[in-house]
Amino acid sequence: MIRWLFAGLLALIALPLSMPGLAQDTMPPAPYAYNQLDDPRLEAEASTLMHSLRCLKCQSQSIADSDAPMAGDMRHQVRSRILAGESPDQIRRWLIARYGDYVSYEPEVSSTTWPLFAVPVLVILIVAGVLLRRLGKRRGDDAGEAA
Amino acid sequence: MIAEIGLAALWLAAALAVLQMVSGAFALRSPPGQVNALAIYARPAAVVQAILAVLAFAMLLWAFATTDLSLKLVAANSHSMKPLIYKLSGTWGNHEGSMLLWVGVLAASGGLLSLFEWRLPERTMGATLAVQGFVALGFYAFLLLSSNPFERLPVPAAEGNGLNPLLQDIGLAIHPPTLYAGYVGLSVAFSLAMGALMTREVNPAFARVMRPWVLGAWVLLTLGITAGSYWAYYELGWGGWWFWDPVENASLMPWLAATALMHSVAVLAARDALRTWTIMLGVLAFSMSMLGTFLVRSGVLTSVHAFAVDPERGAFILGLLGLYIGGAFTIFALRAGAVAEGKRFAAVSREGALVLNNVMLSAILAIVLLGTLYPLLTEAFDVRVSVGPPYFNPASAIFAIPMLLVMAVGPLLRWKSDKPARLQFELALIAALVIGGIAAVSFFGQFPLLPLLGLGLAAALAVAAFLPLRGRQLGRVPVATWGMVIAHFGIAVSLFGMACEGAFSKERLAAVAPGGTEQIADFAVTLESVTPIAGPNWTAIEAQLAVREDGGAPVILTPQARTFWSPPQSTSESALLTRWDGQLYAVIGNQAEDGRWQIRVWWKPFVTFIWYGGILVALGGVLAIAGRVRVDVKRRRASVKGARRRADVEALGSSGGVPAPQPAE
Amino acid sequence: MRIRFWLWVPLALFAFFAGLAAYMLTQEKEQFVASTMIGQPLPDFALPPAFGALPGASKADFTGGKPRLLNIWASWCLPCIAEAPQLDALKAQGVEIVGIAIRDRPEDVANFLSRYGNPYSRIGSDTISEVQLAIGSSGVPETFVIDAKGLIRYQHIGDIRADDVPKLLAELEKAR
Repeated sequence: MIRWLFAGLLALIALPLSMPGLAQDTMPPAPYAYNQLDDPRLEAEASTLMHSLRCLKCQSQSIADSDAPMAGDMRHQVRSRILAGESPDQIRRWLIARYGDYVSYEPEVSSTTWPLFAVPVLVILIVAGVLLRRLGKRRGDDAGEAA
Repeated sequence: MIAEIGLAALWLAAALAVLQMVSGAFALRSPPGQVNALAIYARPAAVVQAILAVLAFAMLLWAFATTDLSLKLVAANSHSMKPLIYKLSGTWGNHEGSMLLWVGVLAASGGLLSLFEWRLPERTMGATLAVQGFVALGFYAFLLLSSNPFERLPVPAAEGNGLNPLLQDIGLAIHPPTLYAGYVGLSVAFSLAMGALMTREVNPAFARVMRPWVLGAWVLLTLGITAGSYWAYYELGWGGWWFWDPVENASLMPWLAATALMHSVAVLAARDALRTWTIMLGVLAFSMSMLGTFLVRSGVLTSVHAFAVDPERGAFILGLLGLYIGGAFTIFALRAGAVAEGKRFAAVSREGALVLNNVMLSAILAIVLLGTLYPLLTEAFDVRVSVGPPYFNPASAIFAIPMLLVMAVGPLLRWKSDKPARLQFELALIAALVIGGIAAVSFFGQFPLLPLLGLGLAAALAVAAFLPLRGRQLGRVPVATWGMVIAHFGIAVSLFGMACEGAFSKERLAAVAPGGTEQIADFAVTLESVTPIAGPNWTAIEAQLAVREDGGAPVILTPQARTFWSPPQSTSESALLTRWDGQLYAVIGNQAEDGRWQIRVWWKPFVTFIWYGGILVALGGVLAIAGRVRVDVKRRRASVKGARRRADVEALGSSGGVPAPQPAE
Repeated sequence: MRIRFWLWVPLALFAFFAGLAAYMLTQEKEQFVASTMIGQPLPDFALPPAFGALPGASKADFTGGKPRLLNIWASWCLPCIAEAPQLDALKAQGVEIVGIAIRDRPEDVANFLSRYGNPYSRIGSDTISEVQLAIGSSGVPETFVIDAKGLIRYQHIGDIRADDVPKLLAELEKAR
């Protein structure tokens, strides 16, 4: 239980910061961690991508919303790769190849995530079914009050 | 001594909850129309219990105000150097204190219910109070057995550990208690729903009793979510206002269920339709608020807002969840079949629109629930996935967009049956506004699809919200109708803010030397100086940013990077410049080796409308409550008068052959 | 009274959730993100020396002869101090350990090594976590087993405790 308690305390103390308990480094952030790309179109691409990548050392934040040094380094990777001509999709694949689906907030249809897409379709069908049942066939037999 | 009084009050309150439960249950054993001799204790038990639970909370508040360091909870969560307001808000800034607040509000609302609610049949009221006592008992057990807030330390601590700095904020003073009160309001709706289901009294009279509680809970949830969103916006320092984080979703899900419930209760009260569905939503809304508590406290999901995480407590809450919600769904499955279906209606009718609203809200709820819990499911198979905004935004929009379109038309429809042809003008106007809005915005540039749709819908909804008032004498429109108009308009305002933030935000991140200037939108931001400053329990570096709009007079913004020492943690305090048409959001970061400072500045057009909208929605809810209560009080007075006259007539009975007037309902 | 099927659906869904949640409460919460690069070749990299006395590290240093350990660490990381004796023990068993210092300064690296011992044959300096991201590591310290062909064979997350040493030796043996 001690370990759990400790984990709980850490979670409480260290809300949006990086992995707690470890000392912070004193190195300056990577060049593109806090600096935008000059081309606004490329920066917009990078920004959209960064908002959908998970900061691996934070509790639950995108790398665009975190001051953790590693999030800064990941932002640098994203911006410098965009600048080098890679597409956001390529960069996402590159990261998923290293950290698995966990790193991306944008789930894709795969053997582990298909229910995320199947259930909404199912919900649409149920919604259509319920609406048809409740509303559809009532036209005309308005006289029948209270079953 | 203070703590012992609190603890004793809590034990007594728990004992009274048992009495309330047992006595209330006896009401079920009496034949309709008669009162069981043992059933008369439920109401007084609820009232005294309310006084005791509130007393217990007041005692804890007192201990925090005086920083009584012999209490374990105070020593772990407070500090003598904290400002008084944060000492007080620290009372509910921790697990035990917030649970005590929860039961305090729960007991208080039980007390109010038993003091003022005399419209329901005694059997239904007894069953309701029994359920309410049963729910309260579980939480008393939770507090007393596993999270005693009044536990003493063997040796008083020399100094407290302090409160999480992020929580030392006025946002914390408002946001959690508001949400808890909303959750608790839903528990009353739950008890009423169960009481009505068990005694087969699901009818308009019951809906009218339930409605103020649902509306009240919904107003509080709306305010709580609005405050929480604004708090995360300025406190987390990156300008985001909604992250689809598990804890945020946990507060959104009860709101979605309560919104659906509120509309379905309206149908039940006005038209005696949607009986089973209303009961179902009553159970669902409360289960979502308990689920939220479970997710936030148990730590099964990872969140930025993780709060007082402890799996053992999680197990206790899960046990309570199983008991109440599992039990409620079982009773529902067994009993709901016996509830006669309500009155029928045509597809094109007010009821039809409200059914669509309900179904769509439930679908959004299902999507949010799925996306929030899915990582939990895959982790059971050792696969970790993340579900975030790129999933939630489009998936919920699929259902939100048709819902919003129907919301524009629904209030214009007549009850029972209507013809679309009657509303030709209104329908054409709404369609023109949606299409025109989208076309006008796309003329100015390329924007993402969802914000674009949001802008079109917001324009249409803002106008459509007021269409129900067309052709009516404004002075004679019922207060509750004004409530609906304002709440729907609030949705449009909020949607407009969200869409603008999504489509037009500007961001500037730069390393700036003192004296340097950065341009963002129409603003020139100059870093004048950076100075160290000290607060009561923190030190900070503070930047002086001079902001000039179009070369006008400078406004000074002072974002800070704060370092708290108890507990040690740093936070960034953003500085906001609010204009009618948006907010400039500035944050100071670290100093680079060359002496330049990292500054982050955002211009967020109309972002404040998100929260203004939330406040309008809540205001609409308040008006609706006021209107309903006024009508109820009038009706009650009239029926008292009627009863008196009837008594008079009966007293004169021998003399006249006048038939006693029947009460309206 | 007709018993209707759909009335039981909420209870069934709830029971499923409650079972799942109860099971997950008993499970240790996964704190770390494992690399999905196991079995893949080490990505190309060439890092400058982290301080004067030892050469830097590159992919080429992992090919040929025997499996090696790739240790991701930093002088500012407290658990790295805790694992120093175990790295020394591994070195004493004849294991070659290549270090990558994350976001570190030469003087801090030298200071750390003089205080806690130097088990490394070479240390590359990764000031922007570039190589760390490229091999799917998400924290310090982490230790990877790299075989003679340059394939990543095993990842150890967190500091190496005394009882992790035999496991790492066995993994090195497997990678031979």
